[in-house]
Amino acid sequence: MSDNKKWFSLDLGLNNKKESSGSCGCGKSEGSCNSSPKEEELSADEFYEAAINASIGEERHRDGFEQVFDVKMDRRSAFKKLTASLLIGAGAVTTSCSVTTGSDTKEKAQIGWEEQFKGNYKLMTDEEKQGTINRLMRSYELRTDKKINMTAENAAEDVLFGYAFNISKCQGYMNCVSACVEENNQDRNSEMQYIRIHEMKDGEGFKFDKADDNYYHEVPAEGHFYMGTQCFHCDNPPCVEVCPVQATWKEEDGLVVIDYDWCVGCRYCMAACPYDGRRFNWSKPEVPENEVNKNQHYLGNRMRKKGVMEKCTFCVQRTRKGKNPACVEACPTGARIFGNLLDPNSTIRWVLENKKVFRLKEDLGTEPKFWYFMD
Amino acid sequence: MGAFKVFRSLVVDSLDTITKGSKKYHLWMGFLILVMLIGMYCYSIQLEEGLSATGMSDRVSWGLYISNFTFLVGVAAAAVMLVMPTYVLKDIDFKQAVLIGEGLAVAALIMCLAFVVADMGGPSVLWHMIPGIGVFNFPNSMLTWDVIVLNGYLFINISIPFYILFKHYQNKEAKKSVYVPGAIISVFWAVGIHLVTAFLYQGLQARPFWNNALLGPRFLASAFAAGPALIILVLAVIRSFTAFKIEDKTIKKIAMIVTVAAQINLIMLVSELFKEFYAPTHHSESAYYLFFGLHGKNALLPWIWTAIPLNVLATVILTFNKFRNNLKVLYFCCFMLFVAIWIEKGFGLIVPGFIPGPYGKIVEYLPTGVEIGVTIGIWAMGAFIFTILAKTAIGIELGELRYKDKKA
Ligand code: SF4
Ligand code: SF4
Repeated sequence: MSDNKKWFSLDLGLNNKKESSGSCGCGKSEGSCNSSPKEEELSADEFYEAAINASIGEERHRDGFEQVFDVKMDRRSAFKKLTASLLIGAGAVTTSCSVTTGSDTKEKAQIGWEEQFKGNYKLMTDEEKQGTINRLMRSYELRTDKKINMTAENAAEDVLFGYAFNISKCQGYMNCVSACVEENNQDRNSEMQYIRIHEMKDGEGFKFDKADDNYYHEVPAEGHFYMGTQCFHCDNPPCVEVCPVQATWKEEDGLVVIDYDWCVGCRYCMAACPYDGRRFNWSKPEVPENEVNKNQHYLGNRMRKKGVMEKCTFCVQRTRKGKNPACVEACPTGARIFGNLLDPNSTIRWVLENKKVFRLKEDLGTEPKFWYFMD
Repeated sequence: MGAFKVFRSLVVDSLDTITKGSKKYHLWMGFLILVMLIGMYCYSIQLEEGLSATGMSDRVSWGLYISNFTFLVGVAAAAVMLVMPTYVLKDIDFKQAVLIGEGLAVAALIMCLAFVVADMGGPSVLWHMIPGIGVFNFPNSMLTWDVIVLNGYLFINISIPFYILFKHYQNKEAKKSVYVPGAIISVFWAVGIHLVTAFLYQGLQARPFWNNALLGPRFLASAFAAGPALIILVLAVIRSFTAFKIEDKTIKKIAMIVTVAAQINLIMLVSELFKEFYAPTHHSESAYYLFFGLHGKNALLPWIWTAIPLNVLATVILTFNKFRNNLKVLYFCCFMLFVAIWIEKGFGLIVPGFIPGPYGKIVEYLPTGVEIGVTIGIWAMGAFIFTILAKTAIGIELGELRYKDKKA
């Protein structure tokens, strides 16, 4: 199995055939990187396929209301049954019980039901994905009279995203933090932030416990250096393993994402993340209407609700369109580098091959796709 | 058809018993209902505002609910310490206690499930966890294992006593060949619910305070001390308020179990403390926080320094036969032990797991009024359920409740 891995894997010394994992697995194998990406991709696909089958097996084909309730069964009656049995007292039927008629209300109720009982996004077909984002866009329009643009773009082939952070360059301006908040429609009330910038004292090394990640003074402060953390999109993510409902998973391009509508809010993933990468909506998230970023992705910056988990997605709505994440774009110092790890000509590959890179808490075997380096 | 008729008559009869009783009994039930209503009101606030109504935050993301859940799994598993000797080793002494113990297990399990639901951010989408309809991340997620074992254990603990009582209700002997295999399964199952719940925490490499091989065994030891301790207290109450006869011998035997478990628990505690404090590493910071506070943050100190002396004191007193055989002293010790382990296995285990955070940040946790209200409400619900179960069971066992075939 480890042969099929696209990137690093924990070397326990059991796999002697494998070359020891240098900073880049491709650089050493006689330029095989250029000649065999196709083959590699294919095997990765197979691996993904096998992984899905191994982990959920049958359920994959049976999941979601459509699969569970036999096709012959009328969809509406299936909803009714489910609603009656599951929603009593759950307070989620609010709209559907409304007495007011009017086609808008009805449509809202219809969308509400379909959304409540849709399946897990991870297991949806492309049409189902399109269906749910259409409903979500329509629902937003019905509620606010404004249009949003949401996509369900899948991972592209031959892409594996990675990130590198230049500690020497970062000056602690936090432009990345505010750009991220705006881009990703994070809750303004609780001041949720995916990125934390840790201010550390020169000469003391990486003393995270003594660092200040919530400063309000002028930067760069004399005698300090800065270092950012966020979700590292681990290649072996413990947060994904523990989720009881598979509401969070690793996409083929390496992004670790969450289906906000499938998450039940148990916060097990939060306890499992060693990098403080996850944020929870303790109350209803609010973004002023004129500040809402309307270019959204289902797995990315679409509006969340209370009681669900969220986190950095490497700006999936931007990066799958070939753009850089908002933090990378916003950084005035160029400390942040993002790119495709499978593209030998990418900047990130250059950094990994030419700089002395390291990652945090490597001993945990989580294989973050987020490297640090210094000039 | 016949069985169904008997069942209906049983339900009617037991409804009759549980609505009748002494004044004290009515006061007790009325009080529990009041507390439950308060709890429900608090929960409605939480549903409305979201979990921000609790003291939890991104830094300490589990609190009072999960603490109580963890502790109650232990209480539930303890019933089995009585089941085994009674059903399997044919030790008659325990027979009286065992129905009570199993009733306690059922109540504790229902409380466990209630605490988990109270902790969820999205209770309305809990159906995502139902295998077949939702997606059940089995076997990867330990939480799914926990769902299976807890519900299985609940099923076993409802069906065995139900079978026995159902037979007794009809003046028949319960068949050994039916319930003994069930009892044996439940013994293993009880160990299972414990280990699985411990693994829930133990498997997280992100939290060194939990990621330690002793967690599972220590769960077992402390549960087998706290659970039977609670059973002793409950038996004492039942003895003085009902005609149900429980011999001193029975209580003393259970006290023996409590003592041994408490001693083992103490040994493991010493081993844990030694590892954390003899050669402290970065990973010992949580333990430092728990026992001594870190950087001036010391919210847990009063708790843990109540728990440890109580624990040690109770264990030492119980160790001496002379004290243990004095029932007054025994009850007092059981109470101390129960409180000590509730703190240690609840608060003292869950909260320090998050402090300091992954990057050493220390944010303290204090439950809010709403959270405490919901918690007390759930405990009241547990007591309510247990009282109903126990009253019916005692009624049947005393022969007050009997099936009367109208035709015969
Ligand atoms: S950093 Fe945390 S949240 Fe992100 S993938 Fe890794 S374990 Fe999961
Ligand atoms: S909080 Fe949501 S994403 Fe995280 S483990 Fe629970 S269900 Fe899964």
